[in-house]
Amino acid sequence: MSTYILKRFLQLIPVFLGATLLVYFLVFSLPGDPIVALFGDKPVNEAVAAKLRMQYHLDQPFWMQYLLYLKSIFTFDLGQDFSGRPIAAVLGEVFPVTARLAIMALIFEAFFGIVFGLIAGLRKGKLFDATVLVASLVVIGIPIFVLGFLLQFTIGVQLGWAKPTVSSAATIPDLILPAIVLGLGSFAYVLRLTRTSVIENMNADYVRTATAKGLSRFQVVRVHILRNSLIPVITFLGADLGALMGGAIVTEGIFNVPGVGNRLYRAVLSGEGPTVVSIVTVLVLIYCLSNLLVDLLYGWLDPRIRYDS
Amino acid sequence: MRFSRTSKALGMVAIAALALTGCGASGSATGSGSTGGDTSKVILADGSEPQRPLMPADTNEVGGGKVIDMIFAGLVSYDPSGKPVNELAESIEGKDGQHFTIKVKKGQKFTNGEAITAKSFVDSWNFGAAAKNAQLSGGFFESIKGYDEASAEGSTVETMSGLKVVDDQTFTVELKQPESDWPLRLGYTAFVPVPSGALKDPKGFGEKPVGNGPYKLADGGWQHNVQIQLVPNPDYNGPRKAKNAGVTFKIYQNDDSAYQDLMSNNLDILQTIPTSALKNFKTDLGDRTINKPYAGNQTIAIPEYLPEWSGEAGKLRRQAISMAINREEITKVIFNGARQPAKDFTAPVLDGYSDSIAGAENLTFNADKAKEAWAKADAIQKWDANKTFTIAYNADKGGHKAWVEAVVNQLKNTLGIKVEGKPYATFKEARNDATAKTLTGSIRAGWQADYPSLYNFLGPIYKTGAGSNDASYANPTFDKAISDGLNAASVSDGNKAMNKAQEILLTDLPAIPLWYQVAQGGWSDKVTNVDYGWDGVPLYYNVTGK
Repeated sequence: MSTYILKRFLQLIPVFLGATLLVYFLVFSLPGDPIVALFGDKPVNEAVAAKLRMQYHLDQPFWMQYLLYLKSIFTFDLGQDFSGRPIAAVLGEVFPVTARLAIMALIFEAFFGIVFGLIAGLRKGKLFDATVLVASLVVIGIPIFVLGFLLQFTIGVQLGWAKPTVSSAATIPDLILPAIVLGLGSFAYVLRLTRTSVIENMNADYVRTATAKGLSRFQVVRVHILRNSLIPVITFLGADLGALMGGAIVTEGIFNVPGVGNRLYRAVLSGEGPTVVSIVTVLVLIYCLSNLLVDLLYGWLDPRIRYDS
Repeated sequence: MRFSRTSKALGMVAIAALALTGCGASGSATGSGSTGGDTSKVILADGSEPQRPLMPADTNEVGGGKVIDMIFAGLVSYDPSGKPVNELAESIEGKDGQHFTIKVKKGQKFTNGEAITAKSFVDSWNFGAAAKNAQLSGGFFESIKGYDEASAEGSTVETMSGLKVVDDQTFTVELKQPESDWPLRLGYTAFVPVPSGALKDPKGFGEKPVGNGPYKLADGGWQHNVQIQLVPNPDYNGPRKAKNAGVTFKIYQNDDSAYQDLMSNNLDILQTIPTSALKNFKTDLGDRTINKPYAGNQTIAIPEYLPEWSGEAGKLRRQAISMAINREEITKVIFNGARQPAKDFTAPVLDGYSDSIAGAENLTFNADKAKEAWAKADAIQKWDANKTFTIAYNADKGGHKAWVEAVVNQLKNTLGIKVEGKPYATFKEARNDATAKTLTGSIRAGWQADYPSLYNFLGPIYKTGAGSNDASYANPTFDKAISDGLNAASVSDGNKAMNKAQEILLTDLPAIPLWYQVAQGGWSDKVTNVDYGWDGVPLYYNVTGK
């Protein structure tokens, strides 16, 4: 087990190097000179521009820029963004906000998705099942920004139940509405996944045996049906955490959440390479780690699964 | 459109609320200032994250500029109509337009207690100009003698020879050449003084700036990407005294979410109504809106380094393009009145503006004359029928696509040539091609005045070799006319000469003026006394609660 975990951690190294190299190259290839853009419509003062280019290593060739960036990572000094602030501090501000948002969305989609999916699966073909299926199809069909604007306008502006945008502290109550919008799409997937899995497991031999043994309905559902049905759902949720963090950009824009997506968008537009790469790298690492966590959860859910060491 | 019915209902509620609060206010008003209103209100306004540290000479964009303008005071500030009023200056005297003697008011202090003297100004300006400090707005000092030496690449000169401290309150300025409108510029944020600590640690200072303006940054007031909190500076005694308990700029990534906040009273002032709400905002907000022209315009620059746009034929073609554009129609249909058709190269709020300069008829839609001019150009140099005339714009912000498409269609219909909009993904790509002079067609250009003067719309853009001369326009007669204007004995004589210079531009049309910018903003029913300045920015210091 511990060798397995170690091996998985070692695998992160090439992933990390590959991701940073690729993203750095993409930002480097973006057309336009970010320093010229800093001057706006104003005349470019060449002396000032040269000085700034030197400060951000933009006068160096690609390989040199990338190696300098790698060096800065290993010395735990990620460099500075265009407003002269340490990128590490920027990461420290935006990631907690988006993490809070993504985890809230994950809890929302996992809880409601599993509960609704379980009930729908157990009552296959009944009214509840049919309603939930149609509703989830609608949610999957509508793009997230439409849902976002709709909920923002009805709940935020018309009904006044929540503020249309997030307050400066981005507290948990502030983030409820954005988290629901962010989690809605995945909620529908989790629901459908749970439902299918439950229906499949209801017909399994071990479920019939358990019922025949005289176990109560509750025991059968909890121990035998639900636990076995959760394996595909957990896989999906694990992968989804990474997707939610990186994909929050639209939701963050609508609700003005000061998180990763907003900062990343601004950094891409202004061509701040190191900021973009640093944010994306952390996202990649989160994605890898949440997948590792999912793999470890399998063994707990289904002891038949073994890890090769 | 979809929400128009509900918007109306909201409007009714708002009116009812207005009536109610109106009663309350009249009962409790205790006469705070001549205009009344509640001075204990903290105003919530929209802002954007400053691009650079909050160092006056290093800030050249609106997000940071708005804050700098409120926490710093310069020699002069501009009143709502754009007229300069002395703020820190006791007097600014100069007879020949080249040598100025500036006296600073006594007893002025930064909020950290440091006294503001003549030396504060000289040191701050030298810092801004010196190449080694890499300040983005350093170019504003270019008229001062010695700027070239200090700003040259790799230069170790840290002072400009044109600045001399005479005594504690007096300093003299020598310009490279006479520029009668130079004192007008002194209200721009690059010219404010900074405390001596700022020059030693500009980066640290930019995080927690210490100023001398009507407001100061609250403790820990700059929460990056979230908000910037300003509180009144009790020691400020200039013309812009704060009439509220502070201004908090909430940082928005897009105007649409700011508009939703405004409608639900979570935001007090929205500087610019987003394009998506232009149709509805008057019903949504009732009389809590403003529609006021400011010192900015929009043009299409056509580079003269393109062979088919140079010489006599190029000039005729540009006139044809200009007369083929129906500005009235576009400002009405596309902008819902958020722009006004241009009649010259400057802006109507400026002192000296005229809408009837000779040649202004070239900016009026006239299909027949447009075709005639195009045919004349063809007689000199044939236009290749397969060639496409492009209008480049940046697609990342500003909402330029709609009007560019409209202009494209008008040109196609009137002149019968191939025209296309050419979107650049980002502003920086567009600027890159413009500054490198590698454009393959025309490009949209906008100019927002730094200081209220006709010259600011002409010199920096159309003078031979000027930094923002995207069209590479070079005309010695125009250059001469401009310097005549700068050498004029008085501001009004100078303005007359500037408008003479505009006559040349209106014939040559290095850029095609389209329309003037109009500020369209709105506010919540919690605030009152909202007005906008000459530059299209709300006069935040004047806003009060209800």
